[in-house]
Amino acid sequence: MNMKTFYWLIKREFWENRGSFLWTPVITGGVFLLLSIMGIITAEVLGARHGIQIGAGGDLQHVIAQMDAGDTSKVSLTLDIAMYSAMGLLSVVLGIVVFFYCLGALYDDRRDRSILFWKSLPVSDASTVLSKVVSATLLAPVIAVVAGIAVGMLQLLIVATTLSFHGVNMWQLLILAHPFHVMFNLLGYIPLYFLWALPSVGWLLLCSAWARNKPILWAVALPVATGLLVSWFGLMGLFDLPTTWFWRNIVQRGLFSVFPGTGSVFGHQGHIAVIGHPGMDFMDLGNTYQLLASTNLWVGVVVGLGLLAGAIWFRRWRDDS
Amino acid sequence: MSAVITASGLSKRYKSALALDNVSFQIAPGRIVGLIGPNGAGKTTALKAILGLTDFTGELNVLGFDPRKQRDKLMGEVCFIADVAVLPRWIRVHQAVDFVANVHPRFDRAKCEAFLARTKLTPNQRVRQMSKGMIVQLHLALVMAIDARLLILDEPTLGLDILYRKQFYHSLLEDYFDENKTIIVTTHQVEEVEHILTDLMFIRDGRIVLDADMDAVGERFTELMVNADQADAARALKPLDERQVFGKSIFLFDGVERAQLEALGELRRPSVSDLFVATMKETYA
Repeated sequence: MNMKTFYWLIKREFWENRGSFLWTPVITGGVFLLLSIMGIITAEVLGARHGIQIGAGGDLQHVIAQMDAGDTSKVSLTLDIAMYSAMGLLSVVLGIVVFFYCLGALYDDRRDRSILFWKSLPVSDASTVLSKVVSATLLAPVIAVVAGIAVGMLQLLIVATTLSFHGVNMWQLLILAHPFHVMFNLLGYIPLYFLWALPSVGWLLLCSAWARNKPILWAVALPVATGLLVSWFGLMGLFDLPTTWFWRNIVQRGLFSVFPGTGSVFGHQGHIAVIGHPGMDFMDLGNTYQLLASTNLWVGVVVGLGLLAGAIWFRRWRDDS
Repeated sequence: MSAVITASGLSKRYKSALALDNVSFQIAPGRIVGLIGPNGAGKTTALKAILGLTDFTGELNVLGFDPRKQRDKLMGEVCFIADVAVLPRWIRVHQAVDFVANVHPRFDRAKCEAFLARTKLTPNQRVRQMSKGMIVQLHLALVMAIDARLLILDEPTLGLDILYRKQFYHSLLEDYFDENKTIIVTTHQVEEVEHILTDLMFIRDGRIVLDADMDAVGERFTELMVNADQADAARALKPLDERQVFGKSIFLFDGVERAQLEALGELRRPSVSDLFVATMKETYA
C-alpha cells in the first residue's frame, strides 16, 4: 500500500469528521471542566455560608505535612482519579462517536453519490476501508486521549488551586499526583482498544458498506432479532450454553466493543490478577494488557478481520449509485 | 495505436431487466464518442462496466486493463464525471485540490489552479455553498488537470444553465482534448454535443443500434424536404421517418442514393437529434 495515499486518506477522514473527532471531545472536556468549576464554587459558597472552614488557618497544610505513607497514597489516588475521571466521560463519548462514524463511513457517500467521485481516483477499495478502520480505532482515540489528558491536567490544576486557597501548598500536592503515569496508561491503552474494538468496527463497517438504507437499523436489528430467536427457541441449548452466552458474546460484543474499557470489564474469563495497590492500578498497562491472554480478544480479532474483508468486498461490488 | 476500449459480448442483467444485451464495440484513441440513448437504454450501465463499477459477463479491455480486476490501476489513466452532483458536499476547494494532487500521480496542480483562477471559486469555499454550475467548474478543473487517456462523462451538464453548458464543452475542446485522449460522453442535450463528436453510438434496450463515425453518418443518412406533390414518390423509397413542416414533408432516409433523392427535392444533413428521434420512435410505445 502506498503510504502517502494512505496518509491523505486519513487526512480526508479527519476533514470530513472534524466535528465528531475533534470538536466533540474538546467541547465535552470543556463542559466537564465548567461543571467541575461550578461544583467547586457551589461547595465553597455552601461551605462559607454554613461556616465550614476547610483547612482554616493552615490546618490542612499541617495535616498533609503530618501524613504517613498510607495517607499520601490516598491523596495520590484522589488526584489520579480526578485525572482519569475526565477520560471516563470522554471514553463514553468516544464510543458513541466511533459507533456512528463506522455506520456512516461506507454509507453516506453512497447515499449522496459522492462515492462516484472517490471511486474515480486511483485508490483501491481496500485502502479506503482500512483508512476508515484506522480513523475509527487510532485517530479518533488518540485525539480523545489527548483531549482527555489536557482536561485531566486542567482538572488537576483546578483541584490543586482550590486547595491552595485553603493554605495547602499546591506544588507539594501536585507532586503526589502521577500525571505522566496516567498519560502513559491512557495512551498505552489505545492499541488494546484497537484489538478489542475490531469485531464491532468490522460489523458496523460491513453494515455500512452493505445496507441499501438505514445501516443502523440493520446493524442493531439483525443481532438483536437473532438474539430474540435464539432466546425464544432456546437454541443455545444445542451447544450446551446458556442463552446469555449469545447476548454477551455476539450481540454485546459485536455492537458495543467500540466503547473503550468494555474489554477490560467483560473480556476476561476469570478475574485478572491486579498487580499493585487496589485503587487505580488496574489501569496500569501491566494489568490492562492481561487482556491479551484472553481467547475472547483474539477470536474477536479474527472475526473482525473477516467482517472487514466482507466490507471491502461490498465496497468494491455494491452497485447502487 | 490500438483501441482504447474493446468490448465483446458484454451483457449485464439486473433483477428485472437486461441492461446490456451482448454488446460489442471498439473505440479508437483520439475520438470523441457520443453514447446516446433513451432513459434506461443501458448507457450508464455500459459506462459503469468500463469503469469497473459493476460486474458483467463478456470480454472488456480498457487501456489494457480488465476493469473488474484492476480497477484502481485503471483509474490512474481514466477520469470520469458522473454528473454534477457527486462531489462530496463537505469538501472545500483547497481540500479537493490537495487530496487529488496527493493521491493521483498524473495530476498537475499548477494547471488545476490556473483553471480555478478563471472561476469565482475561492479556496475555502465548500461544495455545499456552490451552485451546480460552480460544482461542475471545480470538478472539471480537477479532471482537466489530470493527464488521463480516457475521459468519461455521464450527463455532465445536467441541470446547468446554457452559459455553463457552453463553457463546459468549450473548455474541454480548447484546453483538454488532443489526439492522445479519448472522450466518451452521454447526454440528452444532443444539440450541444453534436458538433464536437467524431463518433456516434446509439444504444437502445441494451443493444447498440448505430455505431459509426460522423462522416459515415453524413453519408448514410439524408434528410429530404419535398413539396406535397412529391411526397408519395418519396414515401415509395421507404424513409425511416416523416414529418410535416409548413406544408412540406421532411423525410429521413437511410442508405438511399443521393442522386435519386435530389430529383425529388431539397437535401439536407440530418441533425443527430432528428436521427435519434427517428431511430428511437417506438421506444416508449
